[in-house]
Amino acid sequence: MIRLDRITLRAGTFHLRELSLEIPAGSHTVLMGRTGSGKTTLLEGICGLRPVLTGSVRIGGRDVTHLPPGERGIGLVPQDGALFDHLTVRQHLGFALEVRGWSAERREARVRELADWLHLGPLLERLPAGLSGGERQRVALGRALSFEPAVLCLDEPLSALDDETRQGILGLLSGLRSRAAITTLHITHNRSEAEQLADRILHLRDGRLES
Amino acid sequence: MTPGLGPMSPRGRDRRFLGAMAVLGGTYVVLLVAMVAADLLYTTPGHLWRALGSPEIRYAIRLSLLSCTLTTLLSLWVAVPIGYLLSRFDFPGRPLLDALLDIPIVLPPLVIGLSLLILFQTAPLRALERVFPVTYAVPSVILAQFMVACAFAVRTMRNTFAQINPRQEQVALTLGCSRSQAFWRVVLPSAKSGVLTAATLAWARALGEFGPILVFSGATRLKTEVLPTTVFLELSVGRLEAAVAVSLLMMASAVVALLLVRSWGGGGLPGPGGGGVG
Repeated sequence: MIRLDRITLRAGTFHLRELSLEIPAGSHTVLMGRTGSGKTTLLEGICGLRPVLTGSVRIGGRDVTHLPPGERGIGLVPQDGALFDHLTVRQHLGFALEVRGWSAERREARVRELADWLHLGPLLERLPAGLSGGERQRVALGRALSFEPAVLCLDEPLSALDDETRQGILGLLSGLRSRAAITTLHITHNRSEAEQLADRILHLRDGRLES
Repeated sequence: MTPGLGPMSPRGRDRRFLGAMAVLGGTYVVLLVAMVAADLLYTTPGHLWRALGSPEIRYAIRLSLLSCTLTTLLSLWVAVPIGYLLSRFDFPGRPLLDALLDIPIVLPPLVIGLSLLILFQTAPLRALERVFPVTYAVPSVILAQFMVACAFAVRTMRNTFAQINPRQEQVALTLGCSRSQAFWRVVLPSAKSGVLTAATLAWARALGEFGPILVFSGATRLKTEVLPTTVFLELSVGRLEAAVAVSLLMMASAVVALLLVRSWGGGGLPGPGGGGVG
């Protein structure tokens, strides 16, 4: 469960003030709103990439307001994937596991499992430069899920994809719920994408959250 | 017909415009090529061979290679952290620091040498010189080269880091990296071509540095003589052939450096305020 209690965030001169929100464990919540409404700012606050000026962020009952991003148990998939140019697909899937000190055998087993699920097996030795848009987003999704986080944050992950590729990844995201008990917060501008995946759709308008 | 443009067809006007642009730009290119060609025609292989055989010139080559390499390493040591901080963080005084770092690029080289000389006349540095001589010794050559070359390396690294998507680093943080792990594992490897470009530019810039070295290190043969000093000394005693031969050596090094920069993805020499390298 994600619980925001009257949090205030700032991005330049823009402020989100005293925002409260509760996302049930295991649910898929979609956050919509106009460009500049503060959706990404809110996501960054939850992930620990932007300081929370007041209030608190709790994940699974634990106060993570002042924890570094890596200790919050959140996997992040940004809009453009933000893959690491110098790492292969295999290294992407194993990156967090290596940083977190998993043994080589456990790492390899997890990489294999993710590669099978995301259909990345034949691409494991490729660099991001050799991947299509859809393949890049599948790698970004696998990298975010690799360390089995409690929360998955998706920041418009399908916005730059063609319809066919988008449907493929929507299928993977739908199937994710049957594979892992994960709480998902998903930002999108696409209503059909939201309706296909969401348990709940929220709108961020004028700094306020509305159902 | 548009008034004032005359009877020429649109295609003819375009051709005249592009021709004028080519002639204006071409003048500079012709001058550049003519200059190199003149140097090449002036020098014979014999001149070059004799120059390379001279103990003074061989010393200058060795010192130039050593000092430029040390300058490059020192420049990277400083440029990587400054470039990273300037490109990633907003902090009080950042615009001032940014402008300050451009000073060695815009300042006359002689002034840098003079300023270094004055700095080493202050009490703390005079005390340092009693145990570790700098002025008019080899360390002064490296310091003089460093003061100019480092500014180019900083500018290159700042542009390089600015072009790397900060989201990559943020994702690395969510994956469990500390800030320093994200830097070493994600940011720096992504900046590899920028680091190589900065190193090459710093090396090439250091090789050509003369003004600050003349003032701060002097022009003493077999002591503080680097290749530009050799050109100056050979000219001053009327040995034009030797001066041209050494100039050609420096030109060849500069061309190799530029080719390396291009092959590593550098867009060119960075100027004040950003030059698009990286």
